[in-house]
Amino acid sequence: MDGQDVMNGRVGEVVEASTSEFTAQCYRLYDAPAIGNLVLCGERTPTYGIVCEATTQSIDPGRAAIPRGENAATEDEVISANPQIERLLHTKFRAIIVGHQDGISVRRYPPLTAPRMYSFVRECDDGEIAEFSGSHEFLGTLLNAPMDAQDHVVASFLRHASAAHPDAQGYLVSAGKALATALAGQLPRLSGILRSLE
Amino acid sequence: MNGANGRYMEFVDGRQPLGMVVSGSLSEGVKVRLDDGVSIEDIKVGTFVSIQGQRNRFLGVLTEIELESTDDGITSAPPDMSSPLMAQVMSGTIAYNTITVEPMLIIGADTMNAPQPAKTIPPHFSRVSLASEEDINMVFGSEDAGHFYIGNPMDMEVRLCLNIDELVKRSNGVFGKSGTGKTFLTRLLLIGILQNGAASNLIFDMHGEYGWRGSSEHTNEVKGLKQLFSSKVAVFTLDPESARRRGISTDYEVSIGYDDIEPEDVEILKDTWGLSDIAADTAHSLRRRLGKSWLRQFLEYQGGDEFSELAREMNVPHSTLSALRNRLNRLGRFEFITEGRGSNSVNEILNYLQRGMHVVLEFGRYGNNIDAYLLIANLLTRRIHERYVRMSEQASGDATQQPRPLVITIEEAHKFLSPAIAKNTIFGNIAREMRKYNVTLLVVDQRPSGIDDEVMSQLGTKIACLLDNERDTDAVLSGVSGSRKLRTVLARLESNRQALVFGHALPMPVVIQTREYGSPESYRELGFVEAAELKAQVERDVDALFGPGSD
Repeated sequence: MDGQDVMNGRVGEVVEASTSEFTAQCYRLYDAPAIGNLVLCGERTPTYGIVCEATTQSIDPGRAAIPRGENAATEDEVISANPQIERLLHTKFRAIIVGHQDGISVRRYPPLTAPRMYSFVRECDDGEIAEFSGSHEFLGTLLNAPMDAQDHVVASFLRHASAAHPDAQGYLVSAGKALATALAGQLPRLSGILRSLE
Repeated sequence: MNGANGRYMEFVDGRQPLGMVVSGSLSEGVKVRLDDGVSIEDIKVGTFVSIQGQRNRFLGVLTEIELESTDDGITSAPPDMSSPLMAQVMSGTIAYNTITVEPMLIIGADTMNAPQPAKTIPPHFSRVSLASEEDINMVFGSEDAGHFYIGNPMDMEVRLCLNIDELVKRSNGVFGKSGTGKTFLTRLLLIGILQNGAASNLIFDMHGEYGWRGSSEHTNEVKGLKQLFSSKVAVFTLDPESARRRGISTDYEVSIGYDDIEPEDVEILKDTWGLSDIAADTAHSLRRRLGKSWLRQFLEYQGGDEFSELAREMNVPHSTLSALRNRLNRLGRFEFITEGRGSNSVNEILNYLQRGMHVVLEFGRYGNNIDAYLLIANLLTRRIHERYVRMSEQASGDATQQPRPLVITIEEAHKFLSPAIAKNTIFGNIAREMRKYNVTLLVVDQRPSGIDDEVMSQLGTKIACLLDNERDTDAVLSGVSGSRKLRTVLARLESNRQALVFGHALPMPVVIQTREYGSPESYRELGFVEAAELKAQVERDVDALFGPGSD
């Protein structure tokens, strides 16, 4: 069994968790899933999360990263001149918990318990994305979660999800209608999200 | 229900879904939110709608269509609709459509019981669909001896029938502005009554539309009742010369004698002649003073002293008496008015009517003369009504001896039934007394606001084509429940071959597309057989009876 099989799409492990969100640290620097991607963590209660934020920073909070390439010609030159950098930095991403698996059923609301620490986190494939996004109840959770650039996350997720459905436009219309209901009275916000989906 | 994928719960019996009840009241009607896939442009006011409640089904009429939105911002800053996604998402969510349905009837779980007037409304979220053929048949009855197919509900193929037995029990009205198909509908109603056999028709045919050929805006010429039902229809005429010129045969020539004309006939001509009330009353005084031949004697008076003496004796101004004589002199222009007593038209008409025939009185060249029409219709109706009253009273207690019910059709009805004269004329009496003496009216008019309110309220069934004058609309809808909403329906009718029918002969108001009339198929459907076809049929029957080749 080679390393790739063992990883099975895994990108990192949960290092911080609550019942509404979790933070995972990536195995590899800069390897966080894109904003809006659907990820699954844990084995006992597989929990769905939508990535809302990714950060790369120094492992040691007391030793912040400083500029090192003042005299370098290219960015690659900076990395090759400082091979220790990749060991001193790490990438984390935060995901809003939007659902979980209950036996063979997909529930589009958070589970009753938070994900365990060190749960493996992997990106969902197209089949899983299509299954999860087949109904729009999770949009309410996503729209009420505390995060920056919320509309950007929603739009990114819908863009990913539409690509997983055979009728992408039909999916966007249906999800758009669910958004319109959830964002009643917030016409400019709805318009903004829809415009970014074009 | 609205699913995430935009699909809706369909009706198991294949009805076309429209939406669901979201609010409303019994007095204002229920508001229905249209389903996402239903185009508002396919929805028409006046459409017949079915609502499935929890235990009952409601049938109603669509009375209002509205564009609504959940966000006020849509009016001040409309979203960019050039984006297809935006347009698709907004429609049915932020921007949605509602219709208002006036529930009219309620059908209980036991469909054997007749539909009852709706005294409650369906609950929230009841599913709403277009009415089905089954609904129409259940409510209006299917085509049979008592039900006459008059047209189709709007945008439906199903045949809508009028209960003719109920129709002839009361006076009825056909209204609509000029060119909207009043004559067309009246002709159909007359055929319905004729085929049903519940009553005889007497038609004062002002413009020669009913007896022989009528006109239609589409085919120019359509068959009249005489052509379709020659054995059941007799055509009387006031103008035999015109009939000869047109090459049509008539059954009887009507003439009126000066002695037949009564002061009541003068009274009905008061408005068109511009006579004062005093002048009309003077006619009564003259009748009392001069006796039966009052008119002839009065017209023989020379001017001068003799005439002034008469005025003085009768205590009326000379000018009034003179005006009355001037107007009465106009009668001399009518060739159908003869010296003494005229032909016994009333008896002839009654004979035909009591034999179960239907009489069309053609006015020929007098059709455009409202004086002649008012005079003749009033005079004949008054006498026929007198005879009916006598016959009914003689037969009281013996239902089998009652005279055959009679429906009298008059055009330009507001001239006979205006508020000023309706209380005194025979037509006002007939409309008010309903079918006490087995005589009812079918009034055809383009200005219903000119008809006395009391008469209008007594009309059993009203058929209203397009009316755009507010006063006319008010007059037609006065006393009808939900009239405010029906007004919208009435004002939006198409200008031809569409009518709102409501009243005694129907369980609920409905907009109809009048059935076709004028094509060979339409005549065949009404039971008419062309001469050539009739001959072929006879030959086939002879062959069947005596074998092929027999003479």
